[in-house]
Amino acid sequence: MILVVLPSHLKTLAQVSGDVQLEVQGGATVRSVLDALEARFPMLRGTIRDQVTLERRPFLRFFACEEDLSLASPDAPLPDAVVAGKEPFFIIGAIAGG
Amino acid sequence: MSGVRVLVGTRKGAFVLTADGKRERWDVSGPHFAGWELYHVKGSPADPNRVYASQSSGWFGQLIQRSNDGGKSWEPVGNKFVYDGIPGTHMWYDDTPHPWEFKRVWHLEPSLTDPDTVYAGVEDAALFRSTDGAQTWEELSGLRKHGTGSSWQPGAGGMCLHTIILDPSHAERMYIAISAAGAFRTDDGGKTWKPINQGLRSQYIPDPDAEVGHCVHHMAMHRSRPEVLFMQKHWDVMRSDNAGDLWREVSGNLPTDFGFAIDVHAHEPETIYVVPIKSDSEHFPPDGKLRVFRSKTGGNEWEALTKGLPQQDCYVNVLRDAMAVDTLDSCGVYFGTTGGQVYASADAGENWAPIVRDLPAVLSVEVQTLP
Repeated sequence: MILVVLPSHLKTLAQVSGDVQLEVQGGATVRSVLDALEARFPMLRGTIRDQVTLERRPFLRFFACEEDLSLASPDAPLPDAVVAGKEPFFIIGAIAGG
Repeated sequence: MSGVRVLVGTRKGAFVLTADGKRERWDVSGPHFAGWELYHVKGSPADPNRVYASQSSGWFGQLIQRSNDGGKSWEPVGNKFVYDGIPGTHMWYDDTPHPWEFKRVWHLEPSLTDPDTVYAGVEDAALFRSTDGAQTWEELSGLRKHGTGSSWQPGAGGMCLHTIILDPSHAERMYIAISAAGAFRTDDGGKTWKPINQGLRSQYIPDPDAEVGHCVHHMAMHRSRPEVLFMQKHWDVMRSDNAGDLWREVSGNLPTDFGFAIDVHAHEPETIYVVPIKSDSEHFPPDGKLRVFRSKTGGNEWEALTKGLPQQDCYVNVLRDAMAVDTLDSCGVYFGTTGGQVYASADAGENWAPIVRDLPAVLSVEVQTLP
């Protein structure tokens, strides 16, 4: 199981109160985690990545194991600790705005 | 007893304000979608319990919310807005070509007859339609592709399609307006479009009476006379008596002919309302006095309506979709400000009182008259 930490606005939208545990088929990557997340919570489609190009929205980042994975290939394997469920996969909204 | 439901979109959520027909005591519900921008919230004329809301965020993009119980509960529906084909380019501020990019939904216009049909005006300017209750969206691309699209340029607020008017007497006729392209009309349900900007003069474009390029801020129509249109342009209040084929200025004695909002009395098609705003860069009421101006002659002759509105030290703005009227016997008029006030008049503008004073900046106000 992979543990995903959502920004608070997306928790509200998905109607979850805590972090999300996801079963990901095959090798875990950013793409496969987001695919599984959007399959379970269809209301999140378009809020994290573009629905057509699948590009990450500009004001969001992906962090795990103290690394910024945002600019890595979406098909790169996630760190072992994330795959093992020991470390969360963070979806972070930019700290900005009024 | 009949009543009203006022749907308010703000910079930080939506609010639903309800009252009985006296419109004196109000119940305030919200914020719905707290922290998100709600550019527009509007109910279906065919089913007042069906309400659509445009919810957006610079972080998380565009969502559409739908309610089937008059705004008590909501469900997210379709938010996939994809331009038809390869969208190409429009003009950027510096006159260079710029790719068409979807940013947000400015305006939702539910069908007059079918609760599941709703139109969306978006930035970058295009018109979308859903016929399944906003689950899926299809662009009516005849507008963007009609011929002048590649020359459209954004206004300061973005290149937005912000006004959609459905003709109650002619199901295939629709009017839209874009900043800063102008007004357009279709007579065949959105397949083909024509610019309807003849008579507009805009000194801020190289050719002041060009076919397109005018910064139309808003338009309004009375359902009993759908061929008569009123327009608040960047500067000038305009009127057309032939479905937009020709416009004439009716700014008359207004203290400034700049503004955003314009609306028509529910029962008097020659009575119109505007809120003059000082421009070019201030965008607040002249002399710090918040005044609605009413013309009972379809323009040119205007009177200031001030009772209950602040007449000193007021520096708010009233945005283009932030004025509406109800259809009770004594027509109610409503508007919201960027200072977070929503003002109501239950007597066609003679007397005003705030329903709420301290909301986030108000982006839109719509009213439903309930049986």
